[in-house]
Order: sequence, then C-alpha cells, then structure tokens
Amino acid sequence: MGLKVFGFKGGVHPPHRKEGTQDKAVERMQAPKLVYIHLQQHTGAPCEPLVKPGDRVKLGQKIGQPKGFVGAPVHASVSGVVKEIKQMPHPAMGEGLAVIIENDGMDEPDESIIPRDMESMDAEELRNLILEAGIVGMGGAAFPTHVKLSPPKDKKIDLVILNGAECEPYLTADHRLMVENPQDIVEGLKVIMKVLGVERGYIAIEDNKPDAIRAMADAAKSVSGVEVVKLKTRYPQGAEKQLIYALTGRQVPSGGLPMDVGVVVNNVGTAAAIARAIKTGMPLIERIVTVTGGGVAQPKNLLVRIGTPFKDVIDACGGLVGQPAKVISGGPMMGIAQYTLDVPVIKGTSGILVLTKQEAETPEPGPCIRCGRCVEACPMGLMPLFISAYALKGDYDNSERLHAMDCIECGCCSYICPAKRPLVQSVRTAKRVITERRKRAAAN
Amino acid sequence: MEPLIVSSSPHVYSKDTTARIMLDVVLALLPAAAAGVYFFGGRAALIMVISVLSAVMTEAIVQKLMKKPVTISDWSAVVTGLMLAFNLPPTVPLWLPVVGSAIAIALVKQAFGGLGHNFMNPALAARAILLAAWPVYMTTWADPIRGAASGMASTNWSVSGATDAVSSATPLAILKGLEGTEEQLPPLWSIIVGGTRGCLGETSDLALLIGAAYLLWRRVISWRIPVSFIGTVALLTWILGPQGLFTGNAIYHIFSGGLMLGAFYMATDYSSSPVTPKGQIIMGIGCGIITSIIRLYGGYPEGVTYSILLMNVATPLIDRFTMPRIYGEVRADV
Repeated sequence: MGLKVFGFKGGVHPPHRKEGTQDKAVERMQAPKLVYIHLQQHTGAPCEPLVKPGDRVKLGQKIGQPKGFVGAPVHASVSGVVKEIKQMPHPAMGEGLAVIIENDGMDEPDESIIPRDMESMDAEELRNLILEAGIVGMGGAAFPTHVKLSPPKDKKIDLVILNGAECEPYLTADHRLMVENPQDIVEGLKVIMKVLGVERGYIAIEDNKPDAIRAMADAAKSVSGVEVVKLKTRYPQGAEKQLIYALTGRQVPSGGLPMDVGVVVNNVGTAAAIARAIKTGMPLIERIVTVTGGGVAQPKNLLVRIGTPFKDVIDACGGLVGQPAKVISGGPMMGIAQYTLDVPVIKGTSGILVLTKQEAETPEPGPCIRCGRCVEACPMGLMPLFISAYALKGDYDNSERLHAMDCIECGCCSYICPAKRPLVQSVRTAKRVITERRKRAAAN
Repeated sequence: MEPLIVSSSPHVYSKDTTARIMLDVVLALLPAAAAGVYFFGGRAALIMVISVLSAVMTEAIVQKLMKKPVTISDWSAVVTGLMLAFNLPPTVPLWLPVVGSAIAIALVKQAFGGLGHNFMNPALAARAILLAAWPVYMTTWADPIRGAASGMASTNWSVSGATDAVSSATPLAILKGLEGTEEQLPPLWSIIVGGTRGCLGETSDLALLIGAAYLLWRRVISWRIPVSFIGTVALLTWILGPQGLFTGNAIYHIFSGGLMLGAFYMATDYSSSPVTPKGQIIMGIGCGIITSIIRLYGGYPEGVTYSILLMNVATPLIDRFTMPRIYGEVRADV
C-alpha cells in the first residue's frame, strides 16, 4: 500500500452512523410473495417487457429487453406467474412500469442459467455476458456496466478503480461485502481488467473500515497489478471524480467522463455481481441492502431479491419503531426521500433508511451570511452560494456561468451551511433548467 | 400512517448554525471585554451594555416597522453592539453608543437587507460616522485606571463622567511624533497586556488573541485575513521606518492601536469580506497596505478602520476576480 494518495479538495465529515450495521453479517431475506420488477432499473431508456400477464416465469429469466445501447435487461427474481404489468411507485423516478410476479416459492431456475468459467472466455464474450446478466452500477447511479466497459477506440484506458469508499453515512452494504466476499470482488475486478485490457487495478477503501481493508488486501495479495488503497475518510471520497483525483492526481475534464483520463471506475458491488453472474450463470436478481435508521427495529444488512417492496424489507428487520418521518432510498447525503413504503428495491438500492422525526429534522433556512463554508466544502471548487442565489432568482444564465453544470450534487454545501440554505437543491433546479435549454437549443 | 416527509437531499445537516457562530464571536470577545473593564473601570462595562442593548433594540424596532420577522435571537446584533463599544474611547458620553448602534443596525445593516447583506462592517461604518460627527468625543483618550499608562499624565478622570478627561496621546500618536506628544512610549509589554490609552476593546492584545485563538479553533474565522493583514503591516512599518529603510518599529506597530481587533474581528466580518480563499488574502494585504500608509503618512495616527471600510467596498470585485479554479476546468485558451 505504498501508493501516493492525493486526497481531494473540500468535503465534509458527517457523522458515520454505521455502528448499527457495520458488524452485522449479511442475512438472506426470504423472497416475498409478490415482486415488483421495474422495467427501468438503470440510467437510459426503459426496457420493453418480454412477458405478459398470465405467463409463467422462471428464476433468472429475462423479462425486459433494453431498447438502446445504454440500458440493461431485467430478469425475474423469483419463479412464478406474471400477475400484472402496471405503473408502480419507483424509488428514483416517482413512478414507472413494473412487472408484478407472484412467487410460487419454487425458485425454479431458467434453462439459460449455466455456470461459466471466466478463464475460457474472451473479452467480447465477457462483455456480452455482463450485458445479458443485467449488471449496472451497484453504488446507486445504476449506470449500465457494459457501456462503461465499451470505451471508444480512441480512449486509452490504463487503470480500473473499484470503489469501496462507501462514504455515505449509515450505509454498510459494500463494507460487509468486502469483509465477507472479498474473493468475488477480486475476481470481478480481474474480469473488468480483462475486458478493458488493463494491467492495473486499485481497490479503494476509506480508513474507517480496517477489517474490509484487511480482507481485501488478503484476497488481492497474489493478484498481479491489483492494489488495495487506503483512503482518508471524508465525504464525498467515493464520488467518481474525487476518487480518480485522490488516486491518480488526474482531473476528469468538465463535461467529460472518467475514460477521458484513462480510468474506469466501478463499485465493489458491481465487481462482485459480475463474478457471481459468471460463476453461477444467474443474472443480477438480488443485492445487499443496508436497512437502518432510528425507525427500524433491527437494523440489518440484507440480501434482497430485486423487486421486493420496502415494506417487506423493513418487516424482515423487525418492522418499524413508532411513526417513520422520512424513508430514504440510499444514504442521507444523496439518497431519495420516498413517499410510500410500497416502492420496491431496484438494482441501485444500496440502503433503506428509516428516519424518526428527531433524525429527519428539516431546519428552517435563514439568510446567507457569506461565511464561505460552502466554498470551502465544495469538492468541485464551485461557489455554491452564488450559483444558488442566481438560481433562486431564476437567473440561470449566471448559474451556468458559475459552472452549475459541474455540480456533482454531493450535498456538502447544504450539509455544512450554518443558515441551512437549500444550496444543492437550488443548484439541482438550475441544472435541470439548463439541461432542458440545451436540449431545446440542440433540437432547433 | 402519517404522510412521509419528502424533501430533496441531503437529509442530514451539520450542527453549526448562524446563531452559534455569532455566539462564538461574542464568547471570543469576552476576554477583551473583561480587560476593558479591568483597565478602564465600570464605565467601560456601562458603555458596552448600552451599546449592545441599543443595537438589539434597534434591530427589533426596525424589523417590526418593516414587518419582517424579528431575528434578534441570532446574536448578530449583540456582536455589532459589542464591536461598536470596543471601538469607542471609554470617555464618550453615554448617548454616543446609542446613536452609534442605531446607525450601525438601521443604516448600515437593515437598510441594505439585514444579516449577510451589509456591504460594510456595521460597527466600523458607524464608528467612522461618529468620528466625523463628534471628533472631539471620539479622540479624547483618558488614562486607564490600571496599567503602565495610568500614572503617565496627571489626568483626573473618573468613572462617573467624561468631562474630567483631557485629550492625551495614544501610543500610535506618540509613535508618529504628532504635535504635543512629547511623551515617552509606554513599554511594549503594557501594549500587549493592556493598560495603554485607546479604545476600550483594543487595549489588551493578549485578551484579543485568546479570543482569536478560540475563533480559529472553532473555525469561525480562517487565518487568511488576519495573518495577511498583520503581516503586511509588520512588513511595511519595518521597511518604511522613520530613519530610513528597515528602521521601523514593526513589533510596536502591530500591537498598537486597533490592529488586532480589526484584523481578527472586524476585517473577518463575513458579509463584507471575500468568500474566496485567494480573495481573503487580497483583502488582508489590502487592509495592511492602507493601514500602514495612513499610519505612516496620513493625517490620522490610526488607519485600521478606514482600511477595512475601503476593502469592504472592494469585496464584490475581489470575489469576482478570484473565483477558484474548478475541478476539471477546461480553459478556453488551452
């Protein structure tokens, strides 16, 4: 671990709140009676359903086919009968079309499920397997992995980084995976490196997870070109651009992608999912979810079938304690507040956070006192106070001039603001408006 | 089930609040306030109390009149009131802090939009107005009741009123060799510990530095403005000495007058100083240059107030031209 680590500018230190689940081994949750499998589980276009109500489906059977290159198929996470295909609450998009399957409890695997051997497969076959297994980024953004693994010819990739920072408070899903299944992660990394033809791979972990660092270092010991790197614990260390800078000193150009600086970043969970998809032949039909917060009776790390409603997941953790005030899909810094517990787990659901009234306090904003804390905290070097002030006035041109589009929406500015101003929230609005305008301008 | 709260992330917030920051400034000012009372007696305490009360009341009245929420619980008016008192000689008539606080809060702060919108430090702007309107009251320096300077002039100054006070020189006036200041300079230690003539809050550098250390530790202020401000004054007053280059008494200069108070507490006022790290250093250097020029060549013995006010109005420009380089910035010229 002699690598020079650059760190990154800015950032904040929110309380970790990981004590509740960081030492709890992952438990397998029993598959629910009904699963709700969204046809859009990823960045990109939604899938076309391949089944219709009344069809019998088997475990791992493909039930949704992506329409474009940026997309990933979805699969049945139980065997049973398709009851309905209809609009359902979606944890990231409000609503979306979902395939509802009634579980017959048999877990009868589809005929297409055949274990494979990564050594005997070439890069093209591996990339295709990753696509067919429906693998997307497991860190939360759910970007289709095969797209990341298909850089254009002119982009020379020389480094793969596995992101095990897990810098969001409360979440421990990646942490437990690294402690319990480090071998899968290393194998997945080897596959990614093989697909990209890259010799060098880093597994980056924050120093508040010493047991994960030990386990990963042990598993990666004999693999050439792979190194486990310890990072200082600071939010948002796990943000892609900050992670790349911390490890290489390279900056992804504004508006560009990691591949522009020769790097591909994947979550440790994604790597493990790749390894398992190859070894077992089973596509991505389950994931580890950290279920925690003051509103949950027994916080746990659960291995959950995709499509399981939040309500069932929480019930598997002893149910609610009192009245929940806020339910978040993901972590408290970037996660999305849910309006109902009927929303199902998707591939990108890293955590279900149930906050009590006390934890979910939304403070009243006061006037900006120009203390400059947001400027100091912004890991992108932006000036959130000014971008936000313009955005709140509707002056999006000036928001854009001050680089609103470079905001990664990590939330450090809003977190640190002593006046509790809606900084990232208003920058987000500005970004949306600017994106719309650009689209319209491009269409004309 | 009650409806769930749906709001945009983040869902957790730091414990820091505006009120806590302002309270920290008040706490940091307490050692210097205590030193003021110790060296100048009960009248200093009286001026501070009057100044703070009038600042808070002005804020409440103005906000009531403008039908805005009354925000006196955020401690910011307390800070302004206390800062103003710190910038007054201990001999001023008791109505002066009332007028000063009203100017600071009503004119400089609320008229421009309240907290965070004042383009100058309210206490300093009020001080400058008082100095122009009542120059005699504002430059009548009395001997402290304790300390090195207490027996220096045969002043018969009492706690009960300002009328007994005579105009006597501050160390900076002596340093400058102003007319009628043939007195000896007080020893350096008394300047640092306190007990020389001057405004009631600036007398003890030691007390001010203790408070400044607290503010730095609490991260309410950063080192950038104070260090660049004081460093610039030290450098310039040393280089541009009275007997030619590099003969100046820099140590004496930085511990005299209102420099410590100005550099750590006034120039660092959030609303009227740059938010960019580079801009803060420019602010400090600019304050240092102007202070030194006024002290060495200007008509006044002290220049801290005017230097900060001048840099205050330059703040929007400084912020504009010192925008930090963003991550991954693609320069048009590259």
